[in-house]
Amino acid sequence: MTNSIAEIDNAGTLFVIGANTTNAHPVIGQRMRRASQNGAKLIVANPKEIDLVRAADYFIQHRPGSDTVLLMGMCRYIIEEGLHDQEFIADHCENFEDFQESLDAYTPEFVEEITGVPWEQVAIVARTFATNKPSAIFYAMGITQHTHGTDNVMAVANLALITGQIGKPSTGVNPLRGQNNVQGACDMGGLPNVYPGYQNVTIPENKAKFEKIWGGELSAEIGLTHTEIFDAIYDGEITALYLVGENPLLTEANAKHVREALEKLDFFVVQDLFISETAQYADVILPAASFAEKNGTFTNTERRVQRVRAALSPQGESKPDWWITSQIAQKMGEPGFDFSQPSEIMEEIASLTPIYGGISYERIEEVGLQWPCRDADDPGTQYLHKGKFARPNGKGQFVPLEYKKSAEIADDEYPLILTTDRSLYHYHSATMTRRVAGLEELDSNEWLKLSPDDAAQFGIEDGEWVEVYSRRGKIKVRAQVTDICPTGVCSMTFHFHESPTNEITNPALDPVAKIPETKVTAVRVEKI
Amino acid sequence: MTKEYNLTIDGQKIIAQEGTSILDAALENDIFIPHLCHHPDLKPEGACRLCGVEIDGGRMVMSCLSTVGEGIDVKTDSSEIRQARTIAMELLIADHHMDCLACAAANDCALLDISAYLGIQPDRLERLRPSDKGLPIDESNPFFQFDPNKCVVCGICVRTCNEIVGLGALGFINRGFKTVIGTFGNKPFTESICESCGECVVRCPVGALAPKTPKFAAREVQTTCVYCGVGCGIYLGVAGDKIVNVRADRERPTNEGSLCVKGRYGFNFINHPDRLTKPLIKKDGEFVEAEWDEALELIASKFVQSKGDKFAALASAKCTNEENYLIQKFTRAVMETNTVDHCARL
Repeated sequence: MTNSIAEIDNAGTLFVIGANTTNAHPVIGQRMRRASQNGAKLIVANPKEIDLVRAADYFIQHRPGSDTVLLMGMCRYIIEEGLHDQEFIADHCENFEDFQESLDAYTPEFVEEITGVPWEQVAIVARTFATNKPSAIFYAMGITQHTHGTDNVMAVANLALITGQIGKPSTGVNPLRGQNNVQGACDMGGLPNVYPGYQNVTIPENKAKFEKIWGGELSAEIGLTHTEIFDAIYDGEITALYLVGENPLLTEANAKHVREALEKLDFFVVQDLFISETAQYADVILPAASFAEKNGTFTNTERRVQRVRAALSPQGESKPDWWITSQIAQKMGEPGFDFSQPSEIMEEIASLTPIYGGISYERIEEVGLQWPCRDADDPGTQYLHKGKFARPNGKGQFVPLEYKKSAEIADDEYPLILTTDRSLYHYHSATMTRRVAGLEELDSNEWLKLSPDDAAQFGIEDGEWVEVYSRRGKIKVRAQVTDICPTGVCSMTFHFHESPTNEITNPALDPVAKIPETKVTAVRVEKI
Repeated sequence: MTKEYNLTIDGQKIIAQEGTSILDAALENDIFIPHLCHHPDLKPEGACRLCGVEIDGGRMVMSCLSTVGEGIDVKTDSSEIRQARTIAMELLIADHHMDCLACAAANDCALLDISAYLGIQPDRLERLRPSDKGLPIDESNPFFQFDPNKCVVCGICVRTCNEIVGLGALGFINRGFKTVIGTFGNKPFTESICESCGECVVRCPVGALAPKTPKFAAREVQTTCVYCGVGCGIYLGVAGDKIVNVRADRERPTNEGSLCVKGRYGFNFINHPDRLTKPLIKKDGEFVEAEWDEALELIASKFVQSKGDKFAALASAKCTNEENYLIQKFTRAVMETNTVDHCARL
């Protein structure tokens, strides 16, 4: 998030697109509903009528895959009506003319045709966003998990730029990060192209800096991303995999391909709390300590680095992951892994990572600190891009965008679009939540949610078992007929191994972000 | 600057900010005024009629609904006040299912505190007590239960769900003596829009909404929730070698005291019998328990032969920053490749 969670309270307009906050970020969802009650305008844009819609002032039900068109349509209306922030654009942005030209394609007729949303609705939410300031945008994987996910994010940024709604309190471009420490895993360089703190591996000075501290020569070549790793394993190029605390057999698109890849590995090590579906394929499984049994830090969606503290001793002979990785390195005779506690690791992180330069355990005892926090006197950063953008010339860049179709669209053979979602009661591949009896009781199986129209057309009764086919396979699941799904769109979570949704989702990637298109899969539903 | 007023409560000189209720001003200065429907997180309601005080010797006002003023003289006790409170309290308790020893609110019960303060007489209560309401207990939610026989209809749960959660899953049903708290259509909690967050349960001043998990821990540890990216501050309650409850951290800016169902109740995976407790090595297709040394030696010997393009690591969005740092450092510095990623895109 460019801004902070607490700033939701003071926003004039909250625009939530491609995010199901009351399920996936419940405490932020609560805060949004409170803000709405206290007078903020809440706009929800989602292909499905999610629970947050009940608290919304405006609900835009656009078709899956049409986000860029909706957002560019809003930009067009705002400029046509002269509601854009001309002073902000002139002072803080570049490439506005090219961008404005690209809006010519987004006529009201075109926007209506692609999104399925009447132009009057696009206009009213655009006007609300541009005038009822401060306005903040919130999005999650409904925006990113597309073959044009990068375009969607650019479209979100364009909307924030033309209205000047960034770099100030209660505004901003706010991706809601899914997992407890997905922000931190990225910050720490758990990515194939950057060292900790987003320092690119291809820049020689960065490489030299890390070589000096870590010793030895580092690779200057960008590595492979998550989905690409499984392709390379499948093709026999990667033969050894070290996997920590993940379950891609349930979470990666086209999971069948992941399974076939894992079978080909020469050597596969998994660290986890439980024997997950993925761990079944391991050669060695190492027992990891849970978050309640170790010390460390998590970084949340608002960039706040917070303490994690051990409340219990590790179960049995399980060990914290930091200890395990250190031991493997030491067994290989490598220096630089001789840590006796996590605070020592944080000292090394702070010394090499400018945005974490001022983070130390002493400073984050109670409420944490938000990065960038560059030195011991830096109070941290409540919101980003104050006064200037993080680009060499300090200017925000408008990006002209063309409409791109999703990789799969509904056709005669696969007439429905499947989009994925999350349950309030489960978490990702549910290795933890399905072992909490109460959560399992509240939500114990997968449902294919589909509209009454589609249910009638395909002869499906509420509650009955069906098979869902895509170009990659089929799964069995029970159907739930519900009007939260519009005609032509159906939805499933991916928490349940009995109905593994990602066996059939589309692994087609965004060319830049390499994110799979799990939000748009063409499917067919049949009675069993 | 907010204006400040000088006032007197029971002869004590007090300074309070403009807009503060008399009840809050008293409580902040350690002066007890009985109250049941007041909660510091919620707007005042004035429903329980217990917090009446006299201002400048005049008529009684509800101290939760009246704000401080310059020079006012507040009396929190007098025979008239005590009589009014006692009647209100007796009517509340007479209708309350008394089961104190078995009650989840046992030593944290506003009714007991106020009864002790007012000196409520049990024999008078028996005379007032109507026939047992005998309403069914809603045990549908796996994490908490609702016993309407213990409910004093203070409305804190209703206001919590409206004002804090923003959901409105609860409301008042029926009128007068028959008033109960319930979901839309008075259905079981699990058949309503209730999201099981438990915010109402933690604020219930009596034992009507009560957690099914043990309430008391031997010690608490301040930490951060393991589920989603909101990063709520929590206290893990520990008894022996088990996590027994979770409580929200009110000081943490991320959640300011709120939690969701997973954060508050989803901790039993930690002590689950399925937890891995020994390294496992696959031998002839079966996992066999091994000692750490054997497992680490095996991994080291295999990884030494897999450096460069043959190796990939998947770090974890569930692990700590320190652990992710080490995994990428290991991949880059030891395994000589940048092929390290995690499930950020999934």
